[in-house]
Amino acid sequence: MLDEALRSDLQKRGIFVASFEDLYNWGRKSSLWPLQFGLACCAIEMIATAAARFDMARFGAEVFRPSPRQADLMIIAGTVTKKMAPLVVRLYNQMPEPKYVIAMGACAISGGPFKEGYNVLKGIDRFIPVDVAIPGCPPRPEALLEGLIKLQEKIAAQRLFGPGRARHADAGDAADYPVPAYGAHDLEPPLNSGVFQPPPARRPDA
Amino acid sequence: MNDLVEAIRAGVPGAGVDVVENPGPSAQHALLLAGSTAVAVAEFLRDSQGWDFCSNVTGVDWPARKVREVRKTMQDGKEISESTELDVPGCLEVVYHLYSLKNKLGPLVVRMRTGNRGDDVSVPSLTSVWKSAEFQEREAFDLFGIQFSDHPDLRRILMWDEFEDFPMRKDYVAPDDCEYEPTPHDEILERVNARRGEA
Repeated sequence: MLDEALRSDLQKRGIFVASFEDLYNWGRKSSLWPLQFGLACCAIEMIATAAARFDMARFGAEVFRPSPRQADLMIIAGTVTKKMAPLVVRLYNQMPEPKYVIAMGACAISGGPFKEGYNVLKGIDRFIPVDVAIPGCPPRPEALLEGLIKLQEKIAAQRLFGPGRARHADAGDAADYPVPAYGAHDLEPPLNSGVFQPPPARRPDA
Repeated sequence: MNDLVEAIRAGVPGAGVDVVENPGPSAQHALLLAGSTAVAVAEFLRDSQGWDFCSNVTGVDWPARKVREVRKTMQDGKEISESTELDVPGCLEVVYHLYSLKNKLGPLVVRMRTGNRGDDVSVPSLTSVWKSAEFQEREAFDLFGIQFSDHPDLRRILMWDEFEDFPMRKDYVAPDDCEYEPTPHDEILERVNARRGEA
């Protein structure tokens, strides 16, 4: 790694030094192409974020792709019903690496107001890994932009070599997640235990 | 409402039609149709009475219940109350809301009841009378398990085809997949503790 003091010293003399990783990550984080799909009312906020007033183009994420093969980022914008969940997982599997997921809104995170219903998935993190979760019902466009910036920070910090490197740089780690099947009473399996372990339930005052 | 019932009885001979009173302030009474003559009555309502638009179809689940009736009598200057318990058998009910665009009237509430909640859950479909009922009858079939005979395409519409339960019935038990609550309490806390005991 380049010494931070040396780098700043060189920069003052008009010499810009960057590591390959920094350049590569800067390029990736500055042109995230989201998959163009929405599931519920959060999608309207996502559309507002992409439109002129909030202008996601300022962060390089305005190119919404209609095909998962061309997308880097999946914004789960809205309620994921159990009927829709297998389709979302399949779309995620069809995206090429490197890929990222933003769960936008209370429903996508946990089921939200429909958590105790029979037909809503209690959070998309039961089936696919989520990088950034944005609470809100729905989140304001500013919140989505904040989530996008957090994701960009996460991408910028990813390492490409050595131990603990990013998933897409690790050839051994296949990112194909099992698609749940429609069962007689629920999805089968109801969650992917390789991705989701419920945190221990404990009362805060206990 | 009584005029309408008389008109139906005059227009459709042998029509099985009753009035379900609504004792609330809205006084929105409903017609209760017998299954055997429901299609003929519906056609009469549409063609002769001007109820040309069916805006809403939904279902109601009535589980078997007990009704306590208290009767008060005066005896030797004392008030004596006797109570009797009546068993009311359960049934499923379909509710149609009709409007008349021609006469600017509505809604007219029309109901039909099934024989029970188990093996006799069939009512005649009114899709042949009001085309707009097709998808909503499918929804009532999907969520309540009401079988509409002569429906052109009776499949599940909201849940997936492999699903076997009827989630809007009162005795439906949702899958126990709520392992995590930020602040579990009451029933959910008991369930979480029970599951931890098993594991």
